[in-house]
Amino acid sequence: MGLETKPLSTLHEKASYDVADFPVPTGREEEWRFTPLARLKGLHDGTAAVTGGVVVDVEAAPEVRVETVARDDARLGRTYTPADRVSAQAYSSFEKATVVTVPRMTAASRPTVITLRGSGAGAAAYGHILVSVEPMAEAVLVLDHRGSAVYADNVEFDVAEGATLKVVSLQDWDDDAVHVSHHHARLGKDATFRSFVVTLGGDLVRLSPSVSYTAPGGDADLTGLYFVDAGQHLEHRLLVDHSVPNCRSNVTYKGALQGDAAHAVWIGDVIIRAEAEGTDTYELNRNLILTDGARADSVPNLEILTGEVAGAGHASASGRLDDEHIFYLQARGIPFDEARRLVIHGFFAQLLEKIQLPELRERVLSAVEAELAR
Amino acid sequence: MSTLEIRDLHVAVGDKEILRGVDLTVRSGETHAIMGPNGSGKSTLAYAVAGHPKYTVTSGTVLLDGEDLLDMAVDERARAGLFLAMQYPVEVPGVSVSNFLRSAITAVRGEAPKLREFAKELKSGMDALSIDPAFAQRNTNEGFSGGEKKRHEILQLELLKPKIAVLDETDSGLDVDALRVVSEGVNRFRASGDTGVLLITHYTRILRYVKPDFVHVFAGGRVVEEGGPELADKLEAEGYEAYTSKAASA
Ligand SMILES: Nc1ncnc2c1ncn2[C@@H]1O[C@H](COP(=O)(O)OP(=O)(O)OP(=O)(O)O)[C@@H](O)[C@H]1O
Ligand SMILES: [Mg+2]
Repeated sequence: MGLETKPLSTLHEKASYDVADFPVPTGREEEWRFTPLARLKGLHDGTAAVTGGVVVDVEAAPEVRVETVARDDARLGRTYTPADRVSAQAYSSFEKATVVTVPRMTAASRPTVITLRGSGAGAAAYGHILVSVEPMAEAVLVLDHRGSAVYADNVEFDVAEGATLKVVSLQDWDDDAVHVSHHHARLGKDATFRSFVVTLGGDLVRLSPSVSYTAPGGDADLTGLYFVDAGQHLEHRLLVDHSVPNCRSNVTYKGALQGDAAHAVWIGDVIIRAEAEGTDTYELNRNLILTDGARADSVPNLEILTGEVAGAGHASASGRLDDEHIFYLQARGIPFDEARRLVIHGFFAQLLEKIQLPELRERVLSAVEAELAR
Repeated sequence: MSTLEIRDLHVAVGDKEILRGVDLTVRSGETHAIMGPNGSGKSTLAYAVAGHPKYTVTSGTVLLDGEDLLDMAVDERARAGLFLAMQYPVEVPGVSVSNFLRSAITAVRGEAPKLREFAKELKSGMDALSIDPAFAQRNTNEGFSGGEKKRHEILQLELLKPKIAVLDETDSGLDVDALRVVSEGVNRFRASGDTGVLLITHYTRILRYVKPDFVHVFAGGRVVEEGGPELADKLEAEGYEAYTSKAASA
C-alpha cells in the first residue's frame, strides 16, 4: 500500500522484438517484483507449452475492415516495440494477427466487438491485434475476454491525425485464466483516445496500457475499474510517455478488493520529456479494501523533465469503507449489506458513467453487482 | 403513542467516559429541548441512542416502546422508528440524494415506493423546504452548504416519518429564512401524528418557532436541571456557569 518513487527516465528504455534480449525475470526486477511469477504458467520463461486456444471472433461495424493476417504482415509492430519478456514472447510466438482498419474520414456506425474466448488454461496461447484508425475516422471497439486461457498478447492502437478511438477492454475471464497483455496507443496530431479497462476475472491478469504521441494535440483518457476477489492477482501498469508538446492525458483507475490474498497492483508511470512543453496530465488510483487479507499496491510515478507544463499531478489512496458513510445510511434504516452496496456503487459511479454503451454499462454494472453478492 | 426511555445511560469513547448516567423520557406529543455547553455530551447522547459504532454504552438502557434499542443494529433502530438529524450530516460520494432517499424509504416502509409516487413525494417534500429540485441528482450532502445539509436532514425526517426524532443542532448555522423553513418542517412533523421530538440546541431562537414542553440542562455528561420553556430564557440570560461548576463538583 506504499507510495514509492523511482527514477523513470532509465526505465522503459529497453525495447526489442526478440525474447532473447530479455533475461528470464527472477521477480527481483522493478517491473516484475509485484507479479507472482510461479502463477504465470511459464509465459515468462519459455516453458509454456503452446497448444492452447483462444478463438478470436470479430463482429465489425459495416464501415470497418477486418483481416486475419500472417506474422510477416508489414503493418504489425510499427506502433510499439515490446518492452518486457512476456510481450516479446507474445510477439515472437503468435501465428495469426487480427487487423482492424477504420478507413479515412469514416465514422463507424456501431461498435466493433472482438471476442477472445479461451478454451482452457492447460496450455498457452499468444495473440496480436492491430487497430488502425485512419485520419479523421472514428470508432468504438470492444475487446471482450472470456473463458479460460493462458494468454499473452500485444494490442496496438494506431490512432491517426484527427481520429478518435474509444476502446472498452473487458477481462471477464474464468477463475483459472492467466492473461498478460500490452495495449499500446500511438496518437497522431489532435487524435483522441479513450480506454476503459474493466478487469474482473482470472487468476492472474497483468495488463499494461501505454500511450505515446507523435504530434501535438493528442488527448488520452485511460480509465480502469477492477474488482479483486480472494486469491486473485490483478495488475495494471500504466505508462504515458509525453514526448511532444501540448498533449493531454488523464488516468483514473479504481478498484475494490475483497477476500483472502486478493491482490491489486497499480503502477502509474507518466513521463513528461524535455520537449513536451504544455503537457497536461493527471493520474489517480484509488483502492477500496473491503476485507482483511486483501492487499493493494499503488505506485504513481510522475517524472517531469520540462519546466513548462500546463498541469501535472497524481494521487493514490487505498482505504477501507468509511464507517461514517455506512453509519449515515444505516441511520436511515438501510440495512448494512445494502448500505455497503450503495457506497461501493458510489465509489465506482463516476467511472461507470463514462461507459457510453448502455448494454456494456449494464453488463459491467451487473458484474460488479455479482461480485458484491459473493 | 410512543415512548423513548433513556435510563441511567453511561457511554464512553475509548477509555473516556462521556455520559455519566442520563435519564430522559420522550413521549409522542412532547417536544424536549436539551441545552448545554460545548463538549457536555449532547451529541454523544444522540449518537449513542442511534448506535454509532464509536460510542460504547457501558451501562444503562434505552427503550423505544419497551423494546431494547441497544440490542438493535443501527438500521434496525431506524426502522423501529428512531431518527437522528445529525449535527454534521455525512457526505456520501457517488450516491445521489434520490437514490439514497428511495433506498431509505424502501427500508423503513418495507416496500419500494412506486417510482412516480416517489418522484411526487420527493418533489413536494423538497418544495416545502425550498430545496432546489436539482439536489435530487446531486451526491448525498456532497458540497452542500451547512444550511442545505440541515434542510436535507429535515427532508428525510418528513419522508421517513419516525416515531421519535432527535435533532442535533439542526438550527446551527441557519440564516433567518432557513431557520423558519426548517422550523416549519419540524412543526409539520410534530403535527403529522404521534411523534416525539428531542431537540438539541444552543439557541432559544428556534424555540420561538418550535415550542418545547420541557427544557433539560445538560452538563458534564448528564441532565443537571429540568424545567419548562422559561428555563431556556433563563439559560440564555445567565449562561451555564451555575451548572458547569455544579457538574464539576458532582
Ligand atoms: N470520537 C471521539 N473521540 C474522543 N473524544 C470524543 C469523541 N466524541 C466525543 N468526544 C468527546 O466527548 C465530549 C462530548 O462531546 P459531544 O460531541 O457529545 O459534545 P456536545 O455537547 O455535542 O458539544 P457541542 O455543543 O460542541 O456540539 C467532548 O469532550 C468530546 O471531545
Ligand atoms: Mg454536539
